[in-house]
Amino acid sequence: MKQEYIITVFSEDHIGLLSRITIVFTRRKINIDSLTVSESAITGVFKFTIVIRETPDRVEKVVGQLEKIVDVLKVFANTNDEMIFQEIALYKVSTEFLFESDKVEKIVRNSGARILELTREYVVIEKTGHSDETQRLFDELNVFGVTQFIRSGRVAITRSNIERLSVFLKERDAMLEQVD
Amino acid sequence: MATQRISGSEAVILSLLEEGVDTIFGYPGGAIMPIYDALYDYDQKVTHYLTRHEQGAIHAAEGYAKVTGKAGVCFATSGPGATNLVTGLADAMIDSIPVVCITGQVSSPLLGTDAFQESDVVGITMPVTKWNYQVTSADEIPEAIAKAFHIANTGRPGPVLIDIAKDAQFGMFDFEYKKCTKLRSYLPEHPVDPFQVKAAADIINAAKKPLILFGHGVMIAHAEAELKELIEKTGIPAAWTLLGLSALPTDHPLNVGMLGMHGNYGPNIKTNEADVIISVGMRFDDRVTGKVAAYARQAKIVHLEIDPAEINKIIKADAPVLGNAKKSLRMLIDNVNTNSHEEWIKEFRACDKIEYDKVIEKDIYPTQSGLTMGEVVRIASEKTNHDAILVTDVGQQQMIASRYFKFSQPRSNVTSGGLGTMGYALPAAMGAKIGMPDRVVFAMAGDGGFQMTIQELGTIAQYNLDIKIIVLNNNFLGMVRQWQQLFFEKRYSFTEMKNPDFVGIAKAYGLASQKVTSRDQLETAVQEMLDHNGPYVLEVVVEKEDNVFPMVPAGASVSDIILEP
Repeated sequence: MKQEYIITVFSEDHIGLLSRITIVFTRRKINIDSLTVSESAITGVFKFTIVIRETPDRVEKVVGQLEKIVDVLKVFANTNDEMIFQEIALYKVSTEFLFESDKVEKIVRNSGARILELTREYVVIEKTGHSDETQRLFDELNVFGVTQFIRSGRVAITRSNIERLSVFLKERDAMLEQVD
Repeated sequence: MATQRISGSEAVILSLLEEGVDTIFGYPGGAIMPIYDALYDYDQKVTHYLTRHEQGAIHAAEGYAKVTGKAGVCFATSGPGATNLVTGLADAMIDSIPVVCITGQVSSPLLGTDAFQESDVVGITMPVTKWNYQVTSADEIPEAIAKAFHIANTGRPGPVLIDIAKDAQFGMFDFEYKKCTKLRSYLPEHPVDPFQVKAAADIINAAKKPLILFGHGVMIAHAEAELKELIEKTGIPAAWTLLGLSALPTDHPLNVGMLGMHGNYGPNIKTNEADVIISVGMRFDDRVTGKVAAYARQAKIVHLEIDPAEINKIIKADAPVLGNAKKSLRMLIDNVNTNSHEEWIKEFRACDKIEYDKVIEKDIYPTQSGLTMGEVVRIASEKTNHDAILVTDVGQQQMIASRYFKFSQPRSNVTSGGLGTMGYALPAAMGAKIGMPDRVVFAMAGDGGFQMTIQELGTIAQYNLDIKIIVLNNNFLGMVRQWQQLFFEKRYSFTEMKNPDFVGIAKAYGLASQKVTSRDQLETAVQEMLDHNGPYVLEVVVEKEDNVFPMVPAGASVSDIILEP
């Protein structure tokens, strides 16, 4: 059965790698729900966080294909409950709603969101959370009219206290010695 | 090594020399002219073959790599030169062939401006290369080429491409070459795990009806001797895949023939009766498995494989053994018991008898009036003492030749397996002959495939490449026609061909040639071709509507293999 997976790809910092990675998904007609790229805690090692909905079997095969990419170091696939993750959303609403009643203010306060910028014309609200939470805030604000909305890709982190890649890098060094 | 200040172009040539390259296939053009200019000074150290199309160059590089085990090298210019390589790259990718392609690119300030002959080669070739890289500065060249050879040649081999901008070819820098032996993000092969070997050996030692399936991986790993030793020690019958052909002598008593859609009856049927399947360096291609849900369900699967992504990809392995086949086979040999399986092998021989009576005899010793592809293949094989290199195209002649040509040495079969690239035989045979100049090389093609790369006759003539070209002409795209006959109610939609005078074409290129239309001419003609010193085109007009059998119909199980329509 299909479920949401967080795929974490650790790689060297090389141009074109994003394309090579996404090709693995597009070739199998798997839709990428969200994608975030950032440097990891290890200098020079980049991390792609990719969210897809797939069956465990297909996920296993995709991981195998991703790990074949020469510049990819290691790939992990996790279900949502195995990771701590967040997304960030920004909402723009017209400032007039803020002054007409206290409803917008209450919504912002209750949802743990915050106001980033306030001008005569508009107010920009920021909320971090899971996508159902940022979506709920959108629905509530949209009663008044959200003029612009953007949600980031997912960022996710494991419950372990070190970057899992550092363990892998040690093992890899040992293996490379062995096959010489 | 002391550094010397040279141009990027010269660095390309010196780097190739450092990698032991002495043969290049290619086609010049605007954006690669500086590299060709540098090459001009090195004609004593490296031989460049000018093909008639870039596709010819890359297939030649593949053929060269297949027979020598060394990476084939190929040059092309930017834009159309580079895009013409794409079919060959896809072919080399799916068949795990080491090829290093170097393409010229427009000057780096022009990148992305739709400049003359600019195309996004790195983007286009990403899905069909093991690795690719664009060089925009001369000093990147040595490292890029060193990485390219390391990646192409090691692990599961494959094609790589380096795209070099013209200004980088002109740029001057201090050249120093260091071979690449290690990349932290790339593990060419896993060290073989003794526990995996033990688990595999336990299954093999307990087997009553084991069957070994071996593929291209055996030859890539140079593990032919280990495979033979395992087979002989355990007494297990062994079947080859299309790309595994020649890894074991055809006449080895434990060689039970070819797997797959047009393979032999025995190994297909027995796949679904074996209690243990030991697959070595093969990937359970759909042409081998037929319907996966009905493939070897009864058997425990032992899978020796270098590419972790192939384990459990199609068929779940009960005992996977990751790593280089030469090493894993060696360890396996030490862990398996000496054994024999005579009763089980008799069952294969009984299948062989059925297949011989129903199919083979009339293919290779026909009594009908028209010539068969099978008899041509048999005669070509016999007259070279089963010791020639066979390069086939794609289609009926490929399947017939793979069934009836016999091999006594490894790396003697060159064919496009995974991609099924028509037009492959002629250029790939050029590479095979250049790689193995002392061996007889046959290029076998149908009238369709021959015409897809027929221009390479020009290359063959220019360099006097002594290739024995056999065109099996049935005036049809035979394999498609066969399917139309069997599965599309004989609706021969666009498969019939009006062909040119092939002998006339060969002669126009200055090549010796003759056409055979009847059986009494055939043996003499093949002999004349072999006796002729130099390339030769032998056109054999064969039965128009012959079919290849046995056949596992598409979507059927291997045990539903049919011997006749």
